[in-house]
Amino acid sequence: MATPQSRLQPDTLGISRRDLLKLGGAVIVSFAFEAALPDWARAQPATGKPLDPTDVDSFLAFHADGTVTIYTGKVDVGTGLRIAVAQMAAEELGIPAQRVTVVDGDTGVCPDQGGTGGSTGLTRGGADVRQAAATARQALLALGATRLNRPIAELTIANGEVRPAAGGAGVTVATLIGDRRLSLKVDAKAPLRDPLHYTVVGQPLPRPDVPDKCTGRHVYVHDFTLPGMLHARVIRPNAIGAALVSVDESSVRGIPDVRVVRVGSFLAIVAPDEWAAVKAAGMLKAVWSDEQRLPGSDGLDRWTRAAAVDHDQTAIDRGDAMTAIGGAAQKLSATYFWPFQSHASLGPCCAVADVRGDGATIWSSSQGTHGLRTNLSKVFGLAPDKVRVVFLDGSGSYGTNGGDHVAADAVLLSKTIGQPVRVQWTRQDETGWDPKGPQQLLDIQAGLDAAGRIVGWATQMWLPNQAPGARALLAADAAGLPQEHGAGAGAITQNGDPPYQTDHVRVLVHWTKEAPLQLSNLRAPGKIANVFAVESFTDELAAAAGADPIAFRLERLTDPRAIEVIRRTAQAFGWQTRRSPNPRTGTGSLLEGRGMAYMRYKQAENYVALAMDVAVDPATGRIGVRRVVCAHDCGLIVNPDALKNQVEGCIVQTLSRALHEEVTFDRSRVTSVDWASYPVLRFPEAPQVEVILIDRPDQPLLGAGEAATAPVAAALANAVFDATGVRLRTVPFTQERVKAALATERKGTGIVQ
Amino acid sequence: MASYAFRLNGRAVSADSWDPAQPLLYVLRGRFALHGLKYGCGLSQCGACTVLMDGKAVRSCMTPISRAAGRTITTIEGLGTRDKPDRVQAAFIAEQAAQCGYCTSGMIMTAVALLSTTSSPTIDQVKQGLAGHVCRCGTHTRILRAVVRASKA
Repeated sequence: MATPQSRLQPDTLGISRRDLLKLGGAVIVSFAFEAALPDWARAQPATGKPLDPTDVDSFLAFHADGTVTIYTGKVDVGTGLRIAVAQMAAEELGIPAQRVTVVDGDTGVCPDQGGTGGSTGLTRGGADVRQAAATARQALLALGATRLNRPIAELTIANGEVRPAAGGAGVTVATLIGDRRLSLKVDAKAPLRDPLHYTVVGQPLPRPDVPDKCTGRHVYVHDFTLPGMLHARVIRPNAIGAALVSVDESSVRGIPDVRVVRVGSFLAIVAPDEWAAVKAAGMLKAVWSDEQRLPGSDGLDRWTRAAAVDHDQTAIDRGDAMTAIGGAAQKLSATYFWPFQSHASLGPCCAVADVRGDGATIWSSSQGTHGLRTNLSKVFGLAPDKVRVVFLDGSGSYGTNGGDHVAADAVLLSKTIGQPVRVQWTRQDETGWDPKGPQQLLDIQAGLDAAGRIVGWATQMWLPNQAPGARALLAADAAGLPQEHGAGAGAITQNGDPPYQTDHVRVLVHWTKEAPLQLSNLRAPGKIANVFAVESFTDELAAAAGADPIAFRLERLTDPRAIEVIRRTAQAFGWQTRRSPNPRTGTGSLLEGRGMAYMRYKQAENYVALAMDVAVDPATGRIGVRRVVCAHDCGLIVNPDALKNQVEGCIVQTLSRALHEEVTFDRSRVTSVDWASYPVLRFPEAPQVEVILIDRPDQPLLGAGEAATAPVAAALANAVFDATGVRLRTVPFTQERVKAALATERKGTGIVQ
Repeated sequence: MASYAFRLNGRAVSADSWDPAQPLLYVLRGRFALHGLKYGCGLSQCGACTVLMDGKAVRSCMTPISRAAGRTITTIEGLGTRDKPDRVQAAFIAEQAAQCGYCTSGMIMTAVALLSTTSSPTIDQVKQGLAGHVCRCGTHTRILRAVVRASKA
């Protein structure tokens, strides 16, 4: 029973025919929402649209009605990229942002600008579009000069019209260009609008996706369907690397219209009815080989320290850190550990693939559709120029989650059975099998002189070795297809050095041969733990020097932007200057304290400081975060409200990571596979969050999807230290861990019980 | 094959299913193409699939179709549209209370149910009311503000 049986028309269910028409154009057959998505997201023959990033027409298309479509290879994963890019283009073109639509990540129509990662969405994606728009502006002004018979220098473009800057009749952009292509190369020297005269960039324009997201009409990849499409569920083994020994197909005989698909050790159920596929996948009896390839997550810090090292790398070597520390009046050292963490996307990944011969169209929420196209073509023997990956929104991904894997599942299945296939990962698939942010172990030592100056600093970090090449796709490995086995987790050594004045600094990286699980870039990769360690340790130094944590930092900083974010945070927070720990007890049995942290992202980008208030319950070990204040400087601000949303998200998500999140695994498999075994922060724990944005129109814009995550865990640990006198150096700060630490370490800290 | 009749977004409908245990989620998304509710876990742990059944927020991922028979079901599509959002949707839009938005529909449905029984909730009551929902993007601050805003609309 797979055929839709409803006797209803769409508008009777709360979706109007207009919604459908708006979204899809043709509203279809019977009652299907198959067409409920934008025209550009449908499979279509090549349009001949330029894709070369050196061509203006690759990035923008003018339309006869005065609207403009922007094409970018960077994607909006709920981050507000679309509105920000629209604003940047609108500003240069002199066309209202409301008339600008952004199409992102469709390899069929968007230029390749690299994957969406490392906070490059605007710094590269937006900047390329801006330069193309600036080039177009000059061309439009030239056209307008001819039409109006005025010198270019006297003209401007505003509200979609080329007109004399001094006033007088103009001509619309639509009249000048219609829907014709410009056929121009991007001019890297085309002048950009002066930020001091911006009227669109800097405005808190609402995001275009939010109304549809709040009314149930936004089309996610999960909602996309094709005629004749089958639903699939993949059955993963109980052990990583296990081989499929046998399958008992009779175990699903009672379920209508299901088919078992086996390719090597790749096992899936396909069915026209989604529930049939789900139910059959749960009932299918399969025997797998036993594999025990993992070290287990218990004691992963010890495993990491003992792991065989592939090579050492001196990332930073300034002066002679070890000698300086050796001669210091006061020496300190500490070890910090960050566990494996999952992207844990709320919506398990989904993809639809339609493979035809050596070509394919794949609908995916991958953050790197162009890279995915290349890899899928190579692995599945498809012709790259006949493969199109269409980006459709997914659930927030925060890096490379299971999206590329599920796309490979769909391609393998569609190729095998010759029909379009939609693969929806389960909760257990996503939390268990997404490639993950690796564990990080750090030792830090430093020396203070008698005056409390930092005379030397040495960081050692143990990180899993990175290997070039694409990340291996689960489906291809299971099917026995040859492929690359690259290992990448992003730029994970950055921010291992302190931003504070000291002449002697060394950062030494021990790249270990093995990684327990497949690696991925997870929001603020590497920086998340490095800043946790560096900023926790800075607090330890401040305490050792008997100094207030903010005063200690400010005395060792000279960069005015660094100083300003700290000062603004302290001011808004109401920071009382004193040393830690807090001499006062809290309300009732609660221990109260405050902490802060500062960092400059990648030591080259955003400046972020934040402070928070916590209350720790020694009876339960529960940490309550009451209030967080953050000052954030990412240079020029494109859209302050979308930016604030990102910064707030960075803060709350990282509180979740710091308080709760740890991937657990036994010798065979990941055992944290749902929201019970991989808990995250819930609403009752949500703190009050205040974000102060510092706009610097005279400075280059910087990406903001990650930076504010980096100082959160340290500020939290520092606040817990202030409240309790106990230093938490291992993430997550679970209740059990906090309770145990309080029980064993709190004596002798000088805090009155 | 059994047929199940119920009211859906104000209309009488019926759906056939070969399995009385088929979760409402697959019926609503598959048969009726109502895609606002989302699959998140299939375990009632995250709230992304929340709909109203007789005015109460339920998890459609663990509500069998047989239990929906004779009931009144409301999905996010039944509340309002982009042009004419209901007060909770309008408040979420006004607060820009979404990032990826995958959790949003479920949150809005629970908020509607909460406000139907607690018309002026405190911030702590809203927090408790949404405790069964996961927002992975960390949009909590805005979502809380939106529900309080809706209660005053």
